[in-house]
Order: sequence, then C-alpha cells, then structure tokens
Amino acid sequence: MAILVGPDTRVIVQGMTGRSGTFYTDLAIRYGSTYVGGVRPGKGGSTHIGLPIFNTVKEAAEATQANASMVMVPASKAGAALIEAIEAEIPLVVCVTERVPVHDISKVKAALQGSSTVLVGPNSQGVLTPGSCKIGVMATTDATPGSIGIASRSASLTSEILAQTSAVGLGQSTTVGVGGDPVHGIGFRQCLELFKDDPETKGVILIGEVGGTEEEDAADYLNSVDYGKPVVALIVGRHAPKERRMGHAGTLSLFGLQSAEEKIDRLASAGVIIADNADDVAAAMQAALEG
Amino acid sequence: MNLSEHLSKEILAQYGVAIPTGRLATSAEEAEASCREIDSAKYVVKAQIGAGGRGLVGGIKFAATPSAVRAEAGKLIGKRLVTDQTGASGEMVNSVYVEEAIDIAHSYYLSLAFNQHDGQPVLLCSDKGGVEFEQAARMDPAIVSHLTLPSDGGFDESAVGSFLEKVGISGNARDGVMAIAKGAAKAFFDNDATLVEINPLAVRKDGSAVAVDAKISLDGNALFRHPEFDDSTGDGQLEEQERIAQENDINFVKMSGNIGVIVNGAGLGLATNDMVVDAGGKPANFMDIRTTTTSLQIAKGINMLLQDPNVTVVLVNVHGGGMTACDTVAEGFAIAYSRSNRKPPVVVRLAGTNAEWAVNVLRNRRLNFDSFDTMGEAVGRAVEIARAGRA
Repeated sequence: MAILVGPDTRVIVQGMTGRSGTFYTDLAIRYGSTYVGGVRPGKGGSTHIGLPIFNTVKEAAEATQANASMVMVPASKAGAALIEAIEAEIPLVVCVTERVPVHDISKVKAALQGSSTVLVGPNSQGVLTPGSCKIGVMATTDATPGSIGIASRSASLTSEILAQTSAVGLGQSTTVGVGGDPVHGIGFRQCLELFKDDPETKGVILIGEVGGTEEEDAADYLNSVDYGKPVVALIVGRHAPKERRMGHAGTLSLFGLQSAEEKIDRLASAGVIIADNADDVAAAMQAALEG
Repeated sequence: MNLSEHLSKEILAQYGVAIPTGRLATSAEEAEASCREIDSAKYVVKAQIGAGGRGLVGGIKFAATPSAVRAEAGKLIGKRLVTDQTGASGEMVNSVYVEEAIDIAHSYYLSLAFNQHDGQPVLLCSDKGGVEFEQAARMDPAIVSHLTLPSDGGFDESAVGSFLEKVGISGNARDGVMAIAKGAAKAFFDNDATLVEINPLAVRKDGSAVAVDAKISLDGNALFRHPEFDDSTGDGQLEEQERIAQENDINFVKMSGNIGVIVNGAGLGLATNDMVVDAGGKPANFMDIRTTTTSLQIAKGINMLLQDPNVTVVLVNVHGGGMTACDTVAEGFAIAYSRSNRKPPVVVRLAGTNAEWAVNVLRNRRLNFDSFDTMGEAVGRAVEIARAGRA
C-alpha cells in the first residue's frame, strides 16, 4: 500500500538524458522501481540506458502506461515541463529540479487547479516507498520497509530521521519531500490525509522548519479530524536569527511570519508530539506507539 | 535579492508609478548639492539599507534647508543602523537618498507578492500604511485586504477598482492608486519579482498619489532571464565571507559565536544550530554545503572558517545522502585543514553514505579530531571545547 508510489508505479523521466537524469534513473531502476521511458524533445524513437525516449509526455504516457513522472529538466525549462505533464494528465509528478523561478511555479499551480495531478516539489528529494519504488535522488541505504510515514521540508533531515526509524526497527511506509521552496505542490496537510487512509502507516513524522505555512496548515487539519495515529514533529530553526534567511527560500514569507516556537505551539495544541531535537525523533515515535 | 529604495523607485518609475523627485548621495556635500535639483520647500534624507524598519530608528530625517540636509546626511552616512530586520550589528549606511518631502493627506500600503497557500500572485492593500504598518499588520492581519491576480500577469481594472473601493480608496485618490497598482503589477511580473512593496503609498490633499517608499525583491532563481540585473544590483550587504561562500556554492551566514559549524543541507543546519544553542554554545556561522558543491569548493569554504579568528572549534555534522557523500566533505575538509596554519580542534559526526570512508579520509590525513555517532554527543563536545577555550 504505502502512499503515492508503490510496486504498481510506472515512471517516466522528463530530462532523463541529462547527466543527473541518467544517474538517478539508473539508481532508481537498480533499487527495483519500474521505470518505463524518458522524454526528450527531438530524441523520440531512440533509447537511453535501455529505455525508450519520446518527444512528448503525452506520447510517452500513451505508449508506456506510465502513471508517474520524475522531472529533472534544468530550472529554466522546469515550469513548462511540469505544465506539459499536468496537461498529459499524469497522476503523480515529482519535480526534483531546484532553483525554479517562483513565477513559473505560480503558473504551474494555476494549471493544477481542477486537474487530477498530484505535484511533489519542486526542489524535492522525491518520494520513496522502501522496497518498491523510488522517484527522486534520496539515498536508500538506510531505508527499510515499515510503518512510519515521513513528510519533510528538508532532504538532509529526512536522511537523518529515515536512518533513525530504521535503526529502531520501525522502518518507513513512504517518505515524501515536499520541497524547500515557498511555492510548491503537495504539503504536510495532504500527506497527513494520505497517511491517515494508509493501513500500513502506523505513525507520521513531520519535519518542518521556521517560515512558510506548512505546519500551521497541518495543525488546522489535525484539529479538524480524529487522526487516530500518532504524529511526531521536529521543527528546526528555533534559534535561527530572525532577520537572515538560512538556506531554504521557504523560510521567508509575507503570509507566514511565524517562528519555530509558534509553529511548535500550534502543532502541540493539535495533539502533535514535539521532538526536542533531531536525535530524539524516532525514540519519540517509538514511545508514542508503545504508549 | 533585495533592491535598494532608489533602484526600486527607478524601476517603478519606468512603469509609470509616480515617485517623489530624489537624488542618491554618498557624501554630505553631495546630499546638499543635490537639493538644487529638487524643486521642493523641504526635504527628506533617507538612509539606503537593504533591511526595512529604518523609519523607527532614525533612518529617515526631515530637513528644511540644504544645509540641514547636509547635516543629516553627515550623521547617517558611515553609521550602522540597527533595525528589527537587521542583525544586532546592523547595516552600514553607504549612501542616502534625498527627496522632496510630500504633504501626505493619507498613507496606504500596497504590495504584490505570492500567496503561499495557492501559489498565486496577490495584490495586498491597506488603508493603514506608514512606518508602523508591519507591526500593526502583525497584531491584526485583518487590516490588509488581498486580491488574487492571474499568474499570467493579466490586470483586470474593474476587479482592482472594486477591490480598492473595498479598502476605502475612492474618488480622485482611486485613479492615482489604480495607476500605481497597475504599474507595480507590471513591474512585478516583468522583472520576476517576489515582492513589490509601496509603503507608504501617499495620497496628497489634491487626491494625487505617489510612492513615497518602495522595495522590490527579485527572484535570484530567475536571473537567467534578466541579464540586466547583475550581482551589483543587490543591496551589497553581503559580508566578504558570505560573498566567497556564494562563489563556491555554499550557503553561509555569519553569526557572532565561536563554534564554526559545517553541515550539508539547510534543514540539518538549522537542527544543528538549535542543538548548539540549546547546549549553551554559540555558533560562529551557518554553513550549508549544497548538493552540487565539489570538494575543492568545500575546501575554500572551510578555509574561510579556519581563518576566522573568532572560531575556536569546528563542528562538522554531515549526513551523507543521495547527492552529497560524506567522503566529498571529508576530502574538502582535509585539504583545507592540512593547508591552514590555523588549526582549531575539530569535532565530527559523519553518518549516511560513505561515512566510514570519510572518517578514514580524515585519519589518513593525520587530522586530530573527535568523532561521534550522534549529533547530541558531537554538539556536546564542541560546546565543551568552546567553553574551555582550547582543547
């Protein structure tokens, strides 16, 4: 089961013939995921690392019955590539590309309205269901199939928490990198909704940070339902200087000026267990599941 | 990338936004001389810094005569202004903007930005504009009204007109504010801005409207479409170290402590920073090695940290992931450390992809370092060394 991706996921790659496209497609195939083709305008009819190349997403989807696309095209072309995938009605689109202009993503978000496509990213490490499907660039060495859903704004902390949950024997149902950009596709709220309905997922870990509105939206949602599974959150940036942007662009916003403390308060009052620091996340989940 | 006030206004003027007559000056003498080109009975002298909030801390001064302009400019230029948006050390004032003073009948706030919930552009407007707007809006967000704009840059005058009416802008004033909103929106879309903010947007007694202060932030990720904005367009407030880091694909923010921190990934960096402060330590910096950074670039970044006289201990916290392997960081670290004559004690915590290999890289280079399996232990040791001064 898991969420978003699994053994039935058939992936095409937009930008597969590039250096990173080639490298990460190859790694994902070695991991056991089902990749069925690539898209590169002008190179349709050829093959690359054993997979057929098509000129358009639509052609690729029709020929391969793909139900997901990994987007690794350069930032300047990412917006158009995403809109093409949405128009071809690909159910799941995962955008790994970083540094995509926000005006382009804004147009992508407009194209998503009324469509059935789920967008993950941009600037996402991807989606991983351990043991069956990897779409993205994350390491899989420490991943083990299991019961914890992870939704995260940070690739580096996902690696960290993934290793922790594996080490204590919990494993992961699915990990989702929602991406580090201020405007992006799927958020914590939708991840929580999907994990709620997934019988394999016994608990959910949210990895958030100062800035943006992900954590507030998640708290509002959790207040509105009887979630039924423990949710543990690690919110970093409690001691980040307010005036400086540290890393992710998502940490600055006109609409979400809330500090890490405010996010922690909102989540805690929605019943979320707050991990004291990055070392304690899996232990907090383990305690919650046993308690 | 934040543009200074004068550059922001220059851009807005090109889109038909009314701005007060003004001149940029880098010395008190120049400021006085610029008054001859400004047809006004009184003047305003404004410190040019990237951060907002200057109005509340003496960064904006009124002056009745050119000699008063000279005096005020002399007091501001070369001074560091500390506002609630700068760090504790503030921002250096290298220039002032001298402007005609506007007789304001009413101050509005107007801006264009992105709504993070749906990713759509939004026009924000409030009739409570002015220097205290931000604080007021934080207390009561309801003082700001929003209108979603189409992401393709379309501007529907009748929709904006009724929106402005709702905010309380009608009659003569409405036409002037509409013209400013239209120009500001075009500037927002044409230049890949993430923010165009006019505050105050002043309406005079005769109903004419003018952008008294303006701030534009450009999307650094869209600069490939805008060769006209090179790096010199920015507010120039990067510290020398931050500039070197940027050139080497490293996110670097200078802080005031003594623990040099090196991590891969922004989230892990924020987490480490939290743990260091919780343990009673003071980070000297935030350094996030990007996934595409090479070991030689890492070496340059780390060398900069090693040369910083404030750094008494270096903490390396790397979780090798799908893109950055631990050994790449270790290699870069080893290069910098073996070349440096300043060798502060080092605490490492290496996990994930190629962690063991990375520890071997450091050992083979005969580096003296403490290695731990958990972040907590490594942070604890680094803080201990920092407290003792020397290991």
